[in-house]
Amino acid sequence: MLFPTARRTALRGVGALPRSTSVFSSPFNNPSALRRLLSSLAVLEQREGKLNHGSLSAITAAKKLGGSIHGFVAGSNIKPVAEEAAKVEGVEKIIAVDNAAYDKGLPENYAPLLVENIKKNGYTHIIAGHTAFGKSLLPRVAALLDSQQISDITVIENENTFVRPIYAGNAIATVESSDPIKVITIRGTAFPAAEAQGGSAAVEEGVDPNVQISVEWVSEDLAKSDRPDLATAGKVVSGGRGLKSKEEFDKVMLPLADSLGAAVGASRAAVDSGYADNSLQVGQTGKVVAPQLYMAVGISGAIQHLAGMKDSKVIAAINKDAEAPIFQVADVGLVGDLFDKVPELTEKLKSS
Amino acid sequence: MSALRILVPVKRVIDYAVKPRVNKAQTGVETAGVKHSMNPFDELSVEESVRIREKKRAPGGVEDICVISAGPTKAADVLRTAMAMGADRGIHVDVKEGEDLEPLSVAKLLKATVDKEKSNLVILGKQSIDDDAAQTGQMLAGLLGWPQATQASQVTFGEGDTIEVTKEVDGGVETVKAKLPMIITTDLRLNEPRYASLPNIMKAKKKPLVKLSLSDLGVANERRLKVLKVTEPPPRQGGGKVEDVDGLISKLKELGAI
Repeated sequence: MLFPTARRTALRGVGALPRSTSVFSSPFNNPSALRRLLSSLAVLEQREGKLNHGSLSAITAAKKLGGSIHGFVAGSNIKPVAEEAAKVEGVEKIIAVDNAAYDKGLPENYAPLLVENIKKNGYTHIIAGHTAFGKSLLPRVAALLDSQQISDITVIENENTFVRPIYAGNAIATVESSDPIKVITIRGTAFPAAEAQGGSAAVEEGVDPNVQISVEWVSEDLAKSDRPDLATAGKVVSGGRGLKSKEEFDKVMLPLADSLGAAVGASRAAVDSGYADNSLQVGQTGKVVAPQLYMAVGISGAIQHLAGMKDSKVIAAINKDAEAPIFQVADVGLVGDLFDKVPELTEKLKSS
Repeated sequence: MSALRILVPVKRVIDYAVKPRVNKAQTGVETAGVKHSMNPFDELSVEESVRIREKKRAPGGVEDICVISAGPTKAADVLRTAMAMGADRGIHVDVKEGEDLEPLSVAKLLKATVDKEKSNLVILGKQSIDDDAAQTGQMLAGLLGWPQATQASQVTFGEGDTIEVTKEVDGGVETVKAKLPMIITTDLRLNEPRYASLPNIMKAKKKPLVKLSLSDLGVANERRLKVLKVTEPPPRQGGGKVEDVDGLISKLKELGAI
């Protein structure tokens, strides 16, 4: 404790007075007062005028820190998005910047935009998801603030101390930051999205430096799917090299996914061999998932793959090699030819 | 058209196939006597740079491919590997064993190098597989004020110093276009790195390798994050095997997974 004497005096003072009197509180001796100095900015994602509810994980993380929580959104016709975000429980204010220049979330102008708003409001913690958007944007923001970012955290111990996996999840590091502004990306599966209702935050217009940039957004090609989103799905079925071809992958895995209402994932081997799209890759360098059920089909279980799924509640594995490392982490394993077992499983799940 | 002066930062890390072990003191991962190699994403960066030259993809040509690594004496090994793959020369920034730099310091060091070497394209890996931070390229772009294209799966050169980069994003790909100078970080699908041939390994030994210190580049190893402890993740217990599909279904029901 920095001020032991002051603390004792203040405690005596508080004890002698009605609880509601807070004149004796000082930031140094009252934890709740200390928390009041904390103010977090949750960077929320939007796409074509729709709030990305997955990005509300940043608000959950901010709640764990304590202190005031503001949300940030930017893009064209941002008002409806801001109003939706304002209903999120626990948010005090939504800072919104209405400008089409930010629609695509390009870090070249989005980073200076955030920095201006951070400086204006004096936030102590900047939080975004460790998504393609957050990963591309936040380190640039951190560099502009001269802050060493803390990436992909899974636990908040206190306002300075965070836990994050390193070495593909083979080690867990607890780190303490000495930066005045903490720039943090969070692992979505470790922080459930905040409730999108129950709040009534004010919406405030943010400052817009409108930085001109030399990068141009050209096009995008996003996989359309009716299945649940891989990163947030409750169930995931994932295929590996054992599927042998793209045709077999689609023929075997998609019906299984549909019979379970699951998202489809893939190992790096399956992605590299062209069986599945890169965006389906589960692992250290792909997506990290933690569903209720993860079913690994024809996946041996390399450490890079395990890094992306070992926090799943229940892991099931189907593999013809009884020695495959996946069986060491699987709650339930079935040794057999996936081309026989998976269709049988799909049929039985459908009929039950 | 400007000729490309490409800077490729590479990092020496524990080989991707090795399962890292946390040391007894819980201060880090055991590195002594463990196989190290070039960070896999950095191999992609080196390969891409060399291919840009070989396939004459850049209208202005490639003037220089310089690789740089900051680390202990052995970091020179990965620089030699990169030179054997086709890089022209190397810069080794000597940092004592155990005094690893944080990404922000690396970005500052790279900024100083970019200024000194007059680089106009920096190609980095999207992340290193040891600390999994995925920050350095973006930080460097921020410090330089240059455009950035992260997680590149395709790089195409156009007229007037433009580069079009297809990036891997959540759910698919996105393409952006920018003018030199630029920062690109590489993703797995970009290319397949070559193996260095024995003659090229021999040739690489004769390529220039400059050794510098942090102070030569005007950078201090300022640490903002203190590692309080490093632990093993909680082990998962395998739950055993079932005989058939019916057994699988009933076990999943029992576990409440379906």
